[in-house]
Amino acid sequence: MAKIKVVHYINQFFAGIGGEEKADIAAELHKGEVIGPGMAFNTGFGEEAEIIATIVCGDSYFNENIDAVKAEILGWVRELAPDLFIAGPAFNAGRYGVACGTIAAAVKEELGIKSITGMYVENPGADMYKDKVYILETKDSAAGMRAAVKKMTAFALKYAKDEKIGASCEDGYMNQGVRVNFFEKERGSKRAVDMLIAKLAGKPFTTEYPMPDFDRVEPNPAVKDMAHATIALVTSGGIVPKGNPDHIESSSASKFGEYSIEGVTDLDESTFETAHGGYDPVYANLDADRVLPVDVLRDLEKEGVIGKLHEKYYATVGNGTAVASAKKYGAEIGKRLVADGVDAVILTST
Amino acid sequence: MVKELERAGLPVVHVCTVTPISLTVVANTIVPAIAIPHPLGNPALDKTEEKALRRKLVMKALSALQTEVDGQKVFED
Repeated sequence: MAKIKVVHYINQFFAGIGGEEKADIAAELHKGEVIGPGMAFNTGFGEEAEIIATIVCGDSYFNENIDAVKAEILGWVRELAPDLFIAGPAFNAGRYGVACGTIAAAVKEELGIKSITGMYVENPGADMYKDKVYILETKDSAAGMRAAVKKMTAFALKYAKDEKIGASCEDGYMNQGVRVNFFEKERGSKRAVDMLIAKLAGKPFTTEYPMPDFDRVEPNPAVKDMAHATIALVTSGGIVPKGNPDHIESSSASKFGEYSIEGVTDLDESTFETAHGGYDPVYANLDADRVLPVDVLRDLEKEGVIGKLHEKYYATVGNGTAVASAKKYGAEIGKRLVADGVDAVILTST
Repeated sequence: MVKELERAGLPVVHVCTVTPISLTVVANTIVPAIAIPHPLGNPALDKTEEKALRRKLVMKALSALQTEVDGQKVFED
């Protein structure tokens, strides 16, 4: 039997081109090349499959030019006509996860080619694409590469060979919200009583009908009188006073910072910088107003467009930061802003 | 964070580059930004032009805050 032909998508980092300073490179097609994690996939495939081309794209470039890059890559994949497309794994890298999800889903939907990707469950790409393409669940960092490749390789071969794919919990992909009819070994009444007994005994049990998680917050009424409103700035872009006094971590931040901008009319490279490790810091370090627009808001305050710029701003690093942490920081920041009489918030993200 | 601020009762506008992520985390009021490493700036411009660009984005954010929103809305140009 002929080998299964695979095309692999990775970012600039896993291609060994560079880190954030190279995140703006355009998409590249490397025919006949196996790069980075592709080598581990190829080894795992043994004689059954092989990577025939690797596509590399910078994470920022992909996310800033989604439609154009998608079209370009789909063109290449159509030409290569592989049996299977693999993107990533992206672990908890947000832009990479969105790129992997976008391109993997597009290859499946628009070209009808089997396609998979892998990432951590909290990667924003997971919620966006888990119902459109098989996303294998991985750890949150590249330390989990070996396990991720093993899992993805096994799934890829099974999928490419048209073997039956089991339920998400059996085959390790993220739940796609698809229900399949089958006969349980035990009847419903017995399963329900078993669950109830486990629950009463404080033992773990698995529900057969998880409730969907609709966490929506209704928008608040609009600001009526901007000329007298106090506006606060909050950012996940990691803007901190020079020297990062609270030592906010460059990724997986364990805290947020509250900083005074009283009397500050312009952020410059001698006073502010970014602590964020998930984007090229050059531009923000030179002029942090590019992330936290203090200069413009001071002008607008002087001109009476807004009543006042709140004297404190809040910052954390949104880079692989757990959703639970971000939720906690947001709630605490919100409490403080309300207590300080702030009327509305501009939150900036990189 | 944007959702928790909204939950606290504060009208909030999310200025960000990758709007699909913002839509997925269910932010309500969204203003698309310039680029990931410089959402409110463009180092290719001179200082005055860059500040004018930033002012335009901030004005758009302020006008979004003054717009009643029903569900999610991305304030495109």
